[in-house]
Amino acid sequence: MFVQQLMNGVILGSTYALIALGYTMVYGIIELINFAHGEIYMFGAFVGLLLVTVLDIPFFLAFLLAMALGSLLGVTVEYLAYRPLRRSSRLSALISAIGASFFLSNLALLIMGSQPFSFPNPFEAKIYHTPLFIISRVEITVLLSSLILMIALTFFVQRTKIGKAMRATAQDKDTASLMGINIDRIITITFAVGSALGAAAGVMVGIYFRTVTPTMGFMPGLKGFVAAVLGGIGNIPGAMLGGILLGIAEVMGAAYISSQYRDAVAFALLIIILLFKPAGLLGRPAQEKV
Amino acid sequence: MLKVEGVSTFYGNIQALRQIQIKVKPGEIVTLIGANGVGKTTTLKTISGLIRASEGRVLFNGQDITAEPPHKIVEMGISQVPEGRCVFPRLSLRENLEMGAFIRQDKETIAQDVEQVFETFPQLKGRDRQLAGTLSGGEQQMLAMGRALMSKPKLLLLDEPSMGLAPMIVVEIFKIIEEINRQGTTILLVEQNAQLALKTAHRGYVMETGQVVLQGATDTLLNNDQVRRAYLGEG
Ligand SMILES: Nc1ncnc2c1ncn2[C@@H]1O[C@H](COP(=O)(O)OP(=O)(O)O)[C@@H](O)[C@H]1O
Ligand SMILES: [Mg+2]
Repeated sequence: MFVQQLMNGVILGSTYALIALGYTMVYGIIELINFAHGEIYMFGAFVGLLLVTVLDIPFFLAFLLAMALGSLLGVTVEYLAYRPLRRSSRLSALISAIGASFFLSNLALLIMGSQPFSFPNPFEAKIYHTPLFIISRVEITVLLSSLILMIALTFFVQRTKIGKAMRATAQDKDTASLMGINIDRIITITFAVGSALGAAAGVMVGIYFRTVTPTMGFMPGLKGFVAAVLGGIGNIPGAMLGGILLGIAEVMGAAYISSQYRDAVAFALLIIILLFKPAGLLGRPAQEKV
Repeated sequence: MLKVEGVSTFYGNIQALRQIQIKVKPGEIVTLIGANGVGKTTTLKTISGLIRASEGRVLFNGQDITAEPPHKIVEMGISQVPEGRCVFPRLSLRENLEMGAFIRQDKETIAQDVEQVFETFPQLKGRDRQLAGTLSGGEQQMLAMGRALMSKPKLLLLDEPSMGLAPMIVVEIFKIIEEINRQGTTILLVEQNAQLALKTAHRGYVMETGQVVLQGATDTLLNNDQVRRAYLGEG
């Protein structure tokens, strides 16, 4: 039973981790909490749903297309809502982010209506039994896809030239520009990659919980943000860790305390961890700006 | 090679530079000296595009670069070692050097040039994977200089390379500055250590409160009464 819950927690947590990565990457580069990120996730779920149901596109292709379009939406939001405010106060940008979030969820309500849509199961409903837990085909898909995306992201950020330039930009923008790095381009790439991951999470939650609604981005968006802060905002491994821990805590809380409090558990965990580690689990204590 | 023509720069309403005129010819080491807060760093930042001039022009090899963004200016051949070195603390030594070569595509020659940096700064050798933030101040200065050289600049801007370093290390760094110049890189050197800067450079400019107040060959400046009193602690 415990191992089963743990497993469920990790699966749920891996979707939070994907969402958290988008928050943390954007924050790392421009110190903005991109509140519209939850709506990118919602958008990804809808694109996946429509491609699979209306256009009858194979699931994995739909998944990739949803990531690509999510990426495009994220870049557009940055271009229209944040870039013009680059030199304004951080509060203006934050308000613009909240505005973008409301705008997108309301636009989705307008277009799609408030009825929940049900995501068809793209796979046969097969369940695998192991001695310690059972796991469905969908769950395996969610888990593996998240894992692959996280590994790919880590490779990208650690090994590629653009990934290194992203890290350099996060550490010191002016000096990065003195290296010949075009900061605007790095910001665009950051939004593109973060949003692709967010949209991927949307599709996965779509097939996992099977419902898609225009307001579905709110809670997971908030939890993804909590996960990013838990891990240490701006820190990529931290976002992964924070997401997984949050998923586990939520599932355990629902199983052993009360299922009514599953959301409360996320925020309680945030408060407790921040009391002891204000910078998050893997965050750096103070800003070292030379 | 570089011409700063009547450049004025503001921070909000505060004027930091007043109609600065500076010229650097190919092959020279030119130094810009002056007390803390007179606008030396602002001058370099205006040249490299980090701050916009509100008046005047910056010309590089005859081309007007006043309105170009920093990354374009690097591509044209100007590289800057910022004040306080500004290595990327959580990138490894090698990654810092790779970032210096960001504008280049030639993988093999980049690898060779990384080795070349290790030749020039033997203290950095064998420490590729160490995080730059864990280096000592002198080593960070060396890394920052090596990183700036990785873009193969025609003009190197150095902002107070001696800042906060032990005298022995400063001497070592200045020897390397001369060596870099001998190998064909033109240098604009900002310093508060006027003595050493004037001994190293060919020509110099003296700044006071946002203006150039004196200029000339460094031999002449070294013998100038005003310079000796104000910057060399004599008289
Ligand atoms: N970011 C900034 N905002 C406002 N004023 C600044 C800023 N940077 C420098 N200044 C001011 O501009 C003047 C010149 O500074 P700076 O160029 O750093 O001098 P130096 O490098 O010669 O010590 C100083 O009076 C300084 O206080
Ligand atoms: Mg200075």
